[in-house]
Amino acid sequence: MFKNRKFLMFMLLSVLSVLVLAACGGGDKESKDKDSGAKSKSSLETIKANDKIVWGVKNDTKLFGLKNPSTGEIEGFDVDIAKELTKIILGDETKVEFKEVTSKTRIPMLNNGDIDSIIATMTISKERRKEVDFTDVYFEAGQSLLVKKGSKIKSIDDLDSKTKVIAVKGSTSAINIREKAPDAQVLEFENYAEAFTALKAGQGDVLTTDDSILYGMASQDNNFELVGGKFTEEPYGIAMKKGSDDFVKAVNDALAELKSNGKYNEIHDKWIKK
Amino acid sequence: MLDFTILTDNMGMFLEGFKNTLIVSLLALIGSFILGTLIAVFRIAPIKPLNWIGTIYVEFFRNIPLLIILFFIFIGLPVLGIRFSGFQAGTIALTVYTAAFIAEAIRAGVLSVHKGQTEAARSSGLTYIQTMRYIILPQAIKIVIPPLGNQFLNLVKNSSILTIVAAGELMYQGDLISSRTFVTFDVYIFIALFYLIITLPLSYGINRLEKSLAKSN
Repeated sequence: MFKNRKFLMFMLLSVLSVLVLAACGGGDKESKDKDSGAKSKSSLETIKANDKIVWGVKNDTKLFGLKNPSTGEIEGFDVDIAKELTKIILGDETKVEFKEVTSKTRIPMLNNGDIDSIIATMTISKERRKEVDFTDVYFEAGQSLLVKKGSKIKSIDDLDSKTKVIAVKGSTSAINIREKAPDAQVLEFENYAEAFTALKAGQGDVLTTDDSILYGMASQDNNFELVGGKFTEEPYGIAMKKGSDDFVKAVNDALAELKSNGKYNEIHDKWIKK
Repeated sequence: MLDFTILTDNMGMFLEGFKNTLIVSLLALIGSFILGTLIAVFRIAPIKPLNWIGTIYVEFFRNIPLLIILFFIFIGLPVLGIRFSGFQAGTIALTVYTAAFIAEAIRAGVLSVHKGQTEAARSSGLTYIQTMRYIILPQAIKIVIPPLGNQFLNLVKNSSILTIVAAGELMYQGDLISSRTFVTFDVYIFIALFYLIITLPLSYGINRLEKSLAKSN
């Protein structure tokens, strides 16, 4: 009898602690919502008051955002565009701070205010529009396939139930591939580096994501090649917290300026060579 | 409060993950107990080369992160032509890693039985094996149960690391769900609950076992 009561107490305590945790979480969310509500009125003003823009960028994605081990700086297309945008909005390209994000962390980090904006190979999608505001498209990518040279896989039609497809957690390509090749087994890894390593180790037959990223991998190891062309449209956008209309507009204007003065093409050609 | 539609909408994925975590934990639990006992015997046995093997094993696997062991098995061994799936690699990594801790727990338990007992047993004509079987181990097991229980609980929780090799267990499924729905916090709470479904009964069972063994004193 005594033993049973002790056990009951034990169970009760653990359930209680979970509930308390959950309650904390709920409260957290509410305060976050309030926070964003207050900020949304003046997100551009807040940024101007802080006199810097904190951009969330990838640091493991060749050509777009990759940490240079010798300098410790993150370099790539996204980073250069972010610097130019900052220069136009705040008048100085040094008023910029970069924080590392992954496909998984970027939206939570944006919503809790760690970063002002995401410029991290992020595809504009309907689902994401519910969570964040997007600017105009700043890069046109498309999903493609990377295989070892000499692979039997030549296009998306060759993916059958025996094929192991490697993708990255939280990416649109992981969702797309399940629709386009429903029979294939999909293995999702933490980031592009781990995904590519898994492909090299033969843990999968093909790696799928945006062609822009695959070109970066193929340029790093010429045993691998792209096959099958683009089978989706992946327009990249820059994301802000919901309700940041004035900030979105400022970035859109700045983007248009970069495109018209040739700066955009200059950066594009610097990084993307096909 | 908690968004329960996330749980109901993705029940299939949660259950799939729960099933895989359960299987991985069970396999690794049995495997690491057998391997750990063997290594403990190596470390205690009065044969020097076996001691060395045991010591090298324990110090190697105990002192490097599980994550690295896992990655080594998953992407390092294929270089040598040995390829395991994420699930297999995860089970092996958990087994060899936990075995090192179990070996130490068992060794400590055996050594904690007073030396006089061995001497008395041996001088009354029992062999080394008999001494172990009838005198030392029955006493050691009582001392070993609590630390062994800790290792088994750690094993279940450590299985969450398998998410990085796409092993399909609870954490992996949770990661997929949260990356699709963006409701990370709630998903993690549900995952925690699923882990509790495994760890709480395990914890309770160990406590009961400990008490019933204590009674036989």
